Amino acid sequence: MIRLEKRPTPSQFWTYTTPIVAVLLTMLAGGLMFALLGKNPVTAIKTIFYDPVLGEFAFYYRGQLLVKAGPLILIAVGLAIGFRAGIWNIGAEGQYIMGAICGAAVGLAFYPTESWIIFPLMILAGALGGTLWAMVPAILKVRFNTNEILVSLLMVYVAEQLLAAMALGPLRNPETAGFPGSRNLQQYPSAANTDLIAGTGMHWGVVAAFIAVLFAYILLSRHLMGFHIQLAGQSPKAARFGGVNPKALVVFCMGLSGALAGMAGLFEVAGPAGQISINFNSGYGFTAIIVAFLGRLHPIGILLAGLLMALTYIGGEAAQATLQIPAAAIQAFQGMLLFFLLGVDVLSNYRIRLDRREPAR
Amino acid sequence: MNLASISPILLLASLMVAATPILLAGIGELVTERAGVLNLGVEGMMITGAIFGFAIAVETQSATLGFIAAAIAGAALSLLFGLLTQYLLSNQVATGLALTLFGLGLSALLGQGYVGIKGVDVSKIHIPLLSDIPVAGPILFQHDLMVYVAILIVAVVWATLKFSRIGLILRAVGENHEAAHALGYKVIRIRLMAIAFGGACAGLGGAYLSLVRVPQWTEGMTAGAGWIALALVVFASWKPWRVLIGAYLFGGLTVLQLNLQAAGMKVPVEYLSMSPYLITILVLVIMSSGRGRAHLNAPAELGRSFHASS
Repeated sequence: MIRLEKRPTPSQFWTYTTPIVAVLLTMLAGGLMFALLGKNPVTAIKTIFYDPVLGEFAFYYRGQLLVKAGPLILIAVGLAIGFRAGIWNIGAEGQYIMGAICGAAVGLAFYPTESWIIFPLMILAGALGGTLWAMVPAILKVRFNTNEILVSLLMVYVAEQLLAAMALGPLRNPETAGFPGSRNLQQYPSAANTDLIAGTGMHWGVVAAFIAVLFAYILLSRHLMGFHIQLAGQSPKAARFGGVNPKALVVFCMGLSGALAGMAGLFEVAGPAGQISINFNSGYGFTAIIVAFLGRLHPIGILLAGLLMALTYIGGEAAQATLQIPAAAIQAFQGMLLFFLLGVDVLSNYRIRLDRREPAR
Repeated sequence: MNLASISPILLLASLMVAATPILLAGIGELVTERAGVLNLGVEGMMITGAIFGFAIAVETQSATLGFIAAAIAGAALSLLFGLLTQYLLSNQVATGLALTLFGLGLSALLGQGYVGIKGVDVSKIHIPLLSDIPVAGPILFQHDLMVYVAILIVAVVWATLKFSRIGLILRAVGENHEAAHALGYKVIRIRLMAIAFGGACAGLGGAYLSLVRVPQWTEGMTAGAGWIALALVVFASWKPWRVLIGAYLFGGLTVLQLNLQAAGMKVPVEYLSMSPYLITILVLVIMSSGRGRAHLNAPAELGRSFHASS
């Protein structure tokens, strides 16, 4: 008879070990999945996890690593702060889209003027767009007690429709005859978010992600607000007695995660993506949820998790090219990772006891 | 805009078809939530049901087998959620999200060979006499079997929860799992059954989308239907018949919106396509406001893990 015994405090050892165990289990299960698809599992796992970093063409992939990890980390840091407080913003994808739309709109409004002020203004607009979108579930939650999970998620679909409307309507490039999609911001120097050091993938979004990690770390470990956030998450009742304003906390956490997601969207549209198009968003907002959990909702953990998740994206693309592994397999792979992570987490909160005595019935 | 091109009879007739996917998923989730489990993976189970239903139906040329396969696939996926949340005591919100993300990936993977393939015919049943009534006939009595199966499921769920012993136990588990455990009921086992029922219903709902409503397989075809089904349960304040009413109201609005698009309303299509989601949010607001009315009826243990200390 296997019995679980609750630990008085979560195990330090397992808190650090479970993400690694989860990754290893995912590799095993993923290998099985690739084997079922008729691919050599060892080659597939090696292509995804090893080749992009240390393989023959690693010089090309390494730059991509930061490009993919930047938005994931930026979004996940914001989400993790909310998750810690028990506030579930799962609509980061929508806030990411809105940040891109608002930021790009500001940039395009200035076209073709050249000025150093344009890019900072775009970042501001992106953050604002994301915040406003996140304020919808936040205010509805505070004012009407509406479930923020459902509202923030439903707003993603609204944002996707708005994105299509913008790409076909107001933001469409007037110089292309009827093609959907905006002007390419990459070709507009004042608005372009280019590599700071050519070929490294290090653009302003990546810098912002590192700054966000640092600030989140300070916020959570050194600041009163960070203490309130953790208190509210672990014991809502104690938080209320301790003078935490739960409503202000909801607005703060949602607003912050919205702003970061919005900024991530702006950096993407002005940089790697280049333009507002119908299928601009690629699911970073959802993958960031996995990143947040994989990083144990800790800023430094998220940094590492973001890089690992970026690796699955890049390795996935490589596997697609060399092994014809479908793109969807990587998505399933990422979902699997979250499953294993949540599953093995039982080890950090519970002790597993084997005993022969059956409890009296 | 040509409003005259919208036929009220056709509109009402397609209402029931449009409502059935979320009705099925919604009633399943209602049972899960009444047992005290919040499964946010409805979207993932629906899309998995959609691809399994479509693939099996195409391979066997039998819609019935397709629906059965979809129900099994949905239930199997939901049991994965059950294993994690009930035995490994993981967070239900996070696990539900994982289920959705995994389901979307898995379905896209499995569905690769089925994009653009023609589905199978799901025959409409013709009820003698009833189907021939002038207006009500086409609206109510000329649909495929699943439309009526969905209503039947609602009726059975209502009767089971209200009148039967198993329904009473299920509600007890959802309202106070400690007490139910003390009385000797197997909390975990009952919850697993409720979760599996919810998964099977979500799978059926997904298969209805890919086999009847669309009818085709495209990646991500559920497009938020699972989330709308979750909102539907809140709208219904956890009461079975209200899920039916809510689904039909919602189905009606969806159909109206599609008809307005077709009639060439002077609003870009995208803005009309937003309306189902915005209306769902509006409904959630109305139901939740006023000192949390909806929450008064929510199962007390919703979303809490049960761990017997002895």
